[in-house]
Parts: sequence; structure tokens; C-alpha cells
Amino acid sequence: MSVQTPISGLPTPSGTPGAPKLLEVRDIVTRFTTDRGSLTAVNGVSLSLERGRTLGVVGESGSGKSVLSRSIMGLLPRSNTERSGQVIFEGKEISGLNDTEYRELWGDEMAMIFQDPMTALNPVMKIGLQITESLRFHLNMSKSDAKDTAVALLKAVKIPEPEKRFSSYPHEMSGGMRQRVVIAVALACGPKLLFADEPTTALDVTVQAQILDLLAEQQRERYMGMILVTHDLGVVAGRADEIAVMYAGQIVEQAPTALLFSEMKMPYTEALMSAIPKLTDASHTRLAAIGGRPPDLVNPPKGCAFSPRCPYVQPRCHEESPTLTPSPTAPEHLFACFYPIGSPETEEVRLRIAAQRLMATAPEFVAAPANTPTPAQQSPVPAPPEQTEGM
Amino acid sequence: MAGSGTAHLRQPSETLLRIQNLVVDFPAGRGKKVSAVSNVSFDIASGETLGLVGESGCGKSTTGKAIMQLPRPTRGEVTLDGTDLCSLRGEQLRNTRPRLQMIFQDPISSLNPRRTVMQIVEEPLNIWNIGTPEERRLKVEEVLSAVGIDPEAAAERKPHEFSGGQCQRISIARAVITEPSVIICDEPVSALDVSVQAQILNLLEDMKARYGLTLVFIAHDLAVVKNVSDRVAVMYLGKMCEIGNPDALYAAPAHPYTRALLAAIPLPDPNASLDTEHHLEGDLPSPISPPSGCRFRTRCPLAQDICAQVEPQMQHVTGDQYVACHFPLQAVSEVPVALTQ
Repeated sequence: MSVQTPISGLPTPSGTPGAPKLLEVRDIVTRFTTDRGSLTAVNGVSLSLERGRTLGVVGESGSGKSVLSRSIMGLLPRSNTERSGQVIFEGKEISGLNDTEYRELWGDEMAMIFQDPMTALNPVMKIGLQITESLRFHLNMSKSDAKDTAVALLKAVKIPEPEKRFSSYPHEMSGGMRQRVVIAVALACGPKLLFADEPTTALDVTVQAQILDLLAEQQRERYMGMILVTHDLGVVAGRADEIAVMYAGQIVEQAPTALLFSEMKMPYTEALMSAIPKLTDASHTRLAAIGGRPPDLVNPPKGCAFSPRCPYVQPRCHEESPTLTPSPTAPEHLFACFYPIGSPETEEVRLRIAAQRLMATAPEFVAAPANTPTPAQQSPVPAPPEQTEGM
Repeated sequence: MAGSGTAHLRQPSETLLRIQNLVVDFPAGRGKKVSAVSNVSFDIASGETLGLVGESGCGKSTTGKAIMQLPRPTRGEVTLDGTDLCSLRGEQLRNTRPRLQMIFQDPISSLNPRRTVMQIVEEPLNIWNIGTPEERRLKVEEVLSAVGIDPEAAAERKPHEFSGGQCQRISIARAVITEPSVIICDEPVSALDVSVQAQILNLLEDMKARYGLTLVFIAHDLAVVKNVSDRVAVMYLGKMCEIGNPDALYAAPAHPYTRALLAAIPLPDPNASLDTEHHLEGDLPSPISPPSGCRFRTRCPLAQDICAQVEPQMQHVTGDQYVACHFPLQAVSEVPVALTQ
């Protein structure tokens, strides 16, 4: 379907060589003041995005992925928040703007789709008004022009009977329809940068597929840059050009999508991947859960933040934190790990875990009557009970 | 598609829980009714896990609650171990409650925020007057340790001090403490992250082995359902579409709706081509005036005239796979009439 909505404010695609990048974020740090002390939600994240590209940001709850997008967009409260670092949008530094200046950007230049379509819309306002609000404010449209545009937008997001729906209230629509309205609101003024913060987590699989198809189509047509935040690697695998995996407020691995999936370097990415139940596995396959919990960001652990849960942990990991560095073989693949997947240290641990699993599940196949635990199994390196299996 | 029939039911002697021709209607005002569950039948053998899948609004949660008699089904039979729960009243029904327990989707809101973990998990024992206070305390400690919560540290704390995954562990502890035969899990991992989801799914398997449980596992994520289930039933708009062993069902879905559900799953593999061809269009029709004949026909790519006129009945595919569709994707054999009514 190729409905090009007649939006007068839609900027023509840019992206000429030499033009500034759409978004550049440098070393952004966000801290919240809490009763227990200062909580570092985002800790030194840098990234960049061009128009027409999609960056997937993946991580567990509490990894800082939502705070990152809110920090970039300037949506966080000022009272208990400390921010540093640079956010450069089309060559212009925006992190120091005040609310009035931000209002010029929100909706017009950058917009966000929130997770919960039930709470993202105002329940006592007709949806038409919620879409036309930003059109009237940013693009100074007349009432009737705004209405025409809003109906076209509703049509573009595939809402049946858009004229009728224009005067519906949110409670009259299903969750999937409401998320379409939220997308229409976000797209109204033709933003160049779209944040989608877990846009499908509250929805069913069939509706999720529809919404992701819709987002991809609108992004292509409008040539937007998109940051797709999710906890589901499956959602970004087919949709993002590049993926950044976050853990404890930091990017721990970042690579073009195909490269990330074919050559995972960071044990956390591997663990996240193995925890997903796969359709190809037989039923009752035991899942490789990640033991433990994400770290407390008020008192983060010393060394690598993932070290307490990492199956491949080495003594050095508890002492020093690794920095995000390019892979020697592929400079576009960045990861923060001393002993990435494939290194001799992780391979040794992997073999040991495989042996342990075999012992646990099928001892009859291990034909050593005495001394069954090999010296490697008794090594001092602690191995959490739930381990990742070889991938 | 989305039809009725009982061809897929096994002999009553082989099953622990048997649901036959279950109907749940809700009044919708002005004499109308919402037909949430319409003529659904399935059975579960002891120690088996039945996965119930479908979109929101397909009646899977209502079915789960109707088994619990909360609310009571409009019509139909729910037989637990030979007793029809729908015919029980008052004290008799109450006495079956410890045998049927439930785990809910939102772990945080299903625990009383003003009580301690100890009080929450102990409550079922208090209600049923099981054991002395000392025995109860030991039982709570045993169950909490079994679900991976340290009883020492947790007993006097309140739910808000725990993460979502831990709260779900506490809910599971509360459900297993009366040693029920059947637990109905209503989307128990939908609110959790993948890493925590894997922990909870593994835990449910452990609990099942340890306490000899039979599970009804309700979820919308087909991959999750496949992982835990021995049999999967696909529901659409209050009707059953297809039932069968998950490995066979996923490899060769016979119902177009099952195929669409499978196509919609985002795969964590960038090389997997997106199966957009089988993505469903549109939304679920209103259950107040469901489509005539097969309820799936309005969104079905294979629908013909007959689908609007005749409701399909359950037909045998292979093994224990049954489908209710006029144009199934796999060959069906004639219905063995023995069990139909």
C-alpha cells in the first residue's frame, strides 16, 4: 500500500553527502536523585543515526533503554535529574534547550510512540482533536485543513472509516486501533526522528505484526530515522538496520543487525538470545534463563556490570570495566567485553558447561565410574546454576 | 474454522479435567449478549499441560475462569475427576477450591500490597485450617524455597519490595501450597522480560514435576506455549480452531488461523524472511454479533460461501491433531463418531 498523505509540512528527504547526521549523541549520562542515593540510569552512551535508518535498542527492564530515548528527546523531569553529554540534532546541540524551545522540536522534528496505547491518549478528548492539536500548533493549519490531514493520517495508519473514527473517543477503540492512533499523532507533523518505545509490548502477536509492518512502511515513505526500543530481539531482528544492546545503562554491544546475530561477541547478548523460547525447539526444551537479576544502579558492581551473571566470568572482569571498542575484524561491530564469545577463555567455559549439563541430564552416557568431575569442573570460577548453552 | 464438536475428546477415564460444550455469555445491555465462549470442549490428562492460545478477546481467559466457576459458565460441563463442578453448590463447590488454583498475569497486582509474603503464602492454609501454626510456617518456608525465594529474607517483606519476576514466584508459591491437582496459569509470563520469562517457565516445569501438577497454560505467545505444553488448543472468538500436540501442530498447522498466528511471530533471526503474506488484516469481529457459520471467515483468506452458512465441526487430522475448518490446510480423515454427542 502506498498512501502518501498530503502533509504540507512534510520536509523533502535530505541525506546529501556532507550534510550533518540526523542525530548524534555523545557520552550521555543521566542520573536520578533517589532516597538511596544517585542512580545512574544511562552511563556514557554515544550513538548516531541517519535519516531513513532504524536503530534497535534492546535490553531488559531497567537497562536504561527508555531513559536513553527520553534523555535524547528531553522528556525527563528536571527536578531530580542530572544530565550531561551532548545531543546533536541535525548539527545543532539540543541538550541545553528550555521547555519552550523543546516544544518547537517535539512533534515537529522528533516524536515518540509510547508503549501503552491505553494511557498515551487523553481519554476525554476525541481522537481527531488529539491528532489536529499538533497540526494546528506547529503547522498553523486551519481547522478544516487540519481535519483533512488528520483523516488522511488515520487512513494512512489503516484505520477503517477514518471520517467516522475522527470523532471517536479512545475507549471506543481496541488496543491495536489505539496504537494506530498514537502512531498517527506521532506522525502528524512529519517528524524526521521517531522514537518507538516498546510500541508493541502491550499488543497481541497478530496486531504486533500489523503495527510493525505499518511502522516500517511509514518510516520508508517519510524517510524518518527511527529508534526502536524493545526487550524482544525478535522484534528488531527483521526491522532494524543496526542494533545496540544495553545493560545497566551502557551499550554493551552494537553492530549492524546481520553481523550482530551471526557473530555475537558479548555474553549478555548471547544470554538474551538463548532465553527466548524458540518455535523450532521441541516442547519442554529447558530454557537457558539468565541467573540473577540486573544490577542495582545505585551501587553498581565493581568491574563489568554483567560479571555477577556472566557464565564466562574471569577474575579480571570483577576488577576492571571493559569499554566499548571496535572488533579487530569488523570495525562497525563494537562490544564491551574482555573475553568475548569465541575467545579461548569462553570456549573453555563453554565446554565445561556442556559437560556439566550432560552429567546432569544423562549421567548414564558419561562412562567414567570414578573421578567423574574433571579438574576443570572443580576450578574456582563460579558457574551460576542456569547457564547459557552453546549456540 | 473456529467451530464446535467433541471429536477430539478422549475417553473420560483417561482424563483428569474435561470441559464439554462450555458456553459463557455476558449480558451486554438492551437484551444483547456477548458470547465470550461458545461451545468449547477439551480435556486434559493428569500431569499434562494444555496450552490455550489466541488473540485478546478470543475467550481464553474466560474459559480459564469458567473452569474455576468464576463466573459460572452459562451452559456446559466442567468435570474434575468425575465430578461436574457446574452442578455443585455452596460448600460442596468450596471444598473443591483447593484442588484448583490460579496464577494471574500481573504478578504485582495479584498480591495484596499491605500484607507480608508470609501472610500471603500462608493464607490458603489458614482458610482450610491445615496444620498447626508451626507446620504452616515450615510449609511456607518449604514452598518459598522451592520457588527460589529465600524465606529468611523475604517472609516479612511486602510485595512492592520485589521485582515482577519475584512477585510471580510468590504467586506460584501461593498457588501450590494447597497441593492442588490443577493450576490455571492465565498469561503468567506476559508481563515479564525474556530473561525472567525463561526463569518462570523453567520454574513452572520444576513445580509441575515436584508437585505432580496438571496445568492449563493460557498465553498469546505461541513460542512460550509450545515450550510448556503437551497439547495446544487454538481459540478464536470464543470457538476452538485446532487442537493437537505442539510439535505436529506447529510443523503443519491445519487451520488458517493457526498459520496466521505462526506467521505473526517475530523471529530473532535477521535472515528469516518475514511471512507477511499470511499476516491477518483487521481486528477481531464483535462478540456481540459474531459472524455466522465459521467465526473466522471474515478474516480468512480461504473463506467460501459454505463458511458463512455451516459451522465447521472438529475433524481428525493425524495423531491427536484435530481441526474445525471447511478448508483445512492438511488432509483430514472422517470423524470417528464414537465420542460425538
